[in-house]
Amino acid sequence: MSDTPNLVTGDLEAPTIEAPHDASPPIESDSADRRRRVHDVWVAGTEEPEWVRQATDEGAQELLPDADEPALATQRGVVVSDDYVVDDDVDEEERQIINMGPQHPSTHGVLRLQLELEGETIRRVKPIIGYLHTGMEKTAETLTWLQGPTNVTRMDYLSPFHNELAYSLAVEQLLDVDIPPRAQAIRILMSELNRVSSHLLFLATQGMDIGAVSMMIYGWREREVCLAFFEKVTGLRMNHNYIRPGGVAADLPDGWEDDVEELLSVVPAGVSEYEELLNENPIFLDRTQGVGVITPEECKALGVTGPTARASGIDWDLRKVFPYSGIDAYEFDVPVGKHGDVFDRYIVRVKEVGQSLRIVRQVLETMPAGDYRTEDRKVTPPPRKRIDESMEALIHHFKIFTEGFKVSPGEVYQAVESPRGELGMYVVSTGGARPWRVHVRAPSFAHVQALPVMMTDSLVADIVATLASTDPVLGDVDR
Amino acid sequence: MTDQPAEPTPDDAAAEAVHLPVPDDPILAGLAGAFPSVEFVSFSPAAGPQQDIAHVPAAVYPEFVAAARDSGFDAFVDLCGVDYLRRDPRFEIVVNLLSHERRQRLRIRVGVPGDVVASITQVFEGASFYEREAYDLFGIRFSGHPDLTRILLPDEWEGYPLRKDYSVGSVPVQFKEAHQAT
Repeated sequence: MSDTPNLVTGDLEAPTIEAPHDASPPIESDSADRRRRVHDVWVAGTEEPEWVRQATDEGAQELLPDADEPALATQRGVVVSDDYVVDDDVDEEERQIINMGPQHPSTHGVLRLQLELEGETIRRVKPIIGYLHTGMEKTAETLTWLQGPTNVTRMDYLSPFHNELAYSLAVEQLLDVDIPPRAQAIRILMSELNRVSSHLLFLATQGMDIGAVSMMIYGWREREVCLAFFEKVTGLRMNHNYIRPGGVAADLPDGWEDDVEELLSVVPAGVSEYEELLNENPIFLDRTQGVGVITPEECKALGVTGPTARASGIDWDLRKVFPYSGIDAYEFDVPVGKHGDVFDRYIVRVKEVGQSLRIVRQVLETMPAGDYRTEDRKVTPPPRKRIDESMEALIHHFKIFTEGFKVSPGEVYQAVESPRGELGMYVVSTGGARPWRVHVRAPSFAHVQALPVMMTDSLVADIVATLASTDPVLGDVDR
Repeated sequence: MTDQPAEPTPDDAAAEAVHLPVPDDPILAGLAGAFPSVEFVSFSPAAGPQQDIAHVPAAVYPEFVAAARDSGFDAFVDLCGVDYLRRDPRFEIVVNLLSHERRQRLRIRVGVPGDVVASITQVFEGASFYEREAYDLFGIRFSGHPDLTRILLPDEWEGYPLRKDYSVGSVPVQFKEAHQAT
């Protein structure tokens, strides 16, 4: 840079469009840096601008200057362990900063990545989030305990049942009510089918991001069968507000067994079709194996959970370790990978679809009879017919839908295994009808944080594959 | 409309909890020996696994987290702020750690004196985003954080929305015909 004349105050004449061409050597031997400058005409008297590779002019959300070491380590993804070799010979002038997103079809929502590139190699990554922030934790404080699921179901919009389940389980821990076995089985049925539908969407988008466009159509096709079942049971395809404190909103409709039977035959057939399409496809293997690697140590330090952590070899599934809603009554295996790359994350999810369907099959065969919600009248509104007959029922109905039921004071942390990882709810109650604080430990939030670790020192083309493999849902990240 | 949640009282946290001077868990007992100022609470809720909670003074907070990591709680799970409006200290930081090997969770609660507390990004890199979130929404500042900027809200946002004295806001309802009705 030192030999480049300052075009504002330097010793050359005031720049014109033609002048630099006359003054400079042939364009082939020009450096990239100089070639960029040739076409810039600065207003006389202004400072020479800082070159974009040093810092972006983005206020606080800038990609920090090269000298800021601790933050730089974060963006380079070397904070836990530095697992790559820096090639010192790379030409400094090949560096540039690229903004990817927030509106990019393969950033899965509105994620923005600031990337510092050295030629084709990614040197630094800074994820910038918040474009979908709607203040749901604040909203949760203004809603009653019973209204809460309506709010939380919209966070991770691809696994709404898990959001509702985590919230309801947390509230029930504070309430200390017994949930009937049928309600628990329905919860497992719906949440495991939700895992299937979410993973199918992952397979669709992962395929499309890598270039297997037909996967996009296939994944959505099988997911549609799941969503049709959700609509039949809850009335809505997404954002169901079906699992509520005290049980579920309604019993399963007549003939639900036939729908689940159909689902259990359609989805495995589709999944084996995908496996045939992808598992030995040389292009797919090239794009995924050894790409976006994260080690178990990095997973633990960065809070990476779920299929992404299991693909790195961490044998950890909350359904096995801290079972909830009676899931320990069903038999299933936890698929674990070992390489921690994009391909292992894909294969872990494919296997999880099979295990979830195995649980669904068992639920179908052992669905207990009985109530679908607790009979505790302080929590569950009375049936409509009772309101006409009983004064107490009318009072309970009125109290639940105006003031809401009260929950004993305390704090509780409840986590469930969502399709993305550990979805936790930290709920603080002060004994009132509304929560004092609801904090959501969103799995995607931690995964976005871990993106620099996976992405740095790979190629630009691998960004999309790596991003898709963590399956982030930006509604979950920003809340 | 119904009233807002009741103000928390200082002994809410202790409801139904068992205070043990020395926890019977060997790892926690070791931590208790090394940090006499830390108070441990354990209780088993009706549903769900046992919960172990450590009330840690802000002075030894990063050291305690480092010791907890070294004694097996090596997975970082969560960090969040809580605003207990009229309690002193007002803000609390809640950290969730996990031991995969022992299948045990440890919840660390730290009262924040004023609005500054030490950062644990040197211990767990994963705390970085969570501390930025707590700074963004509560205005709790973490000394030693490498890049403490707003994360969810725009940089020019004024105020800290999850504080209890920050209003949710409202849209005025306009009754346009009201003046004509006589």
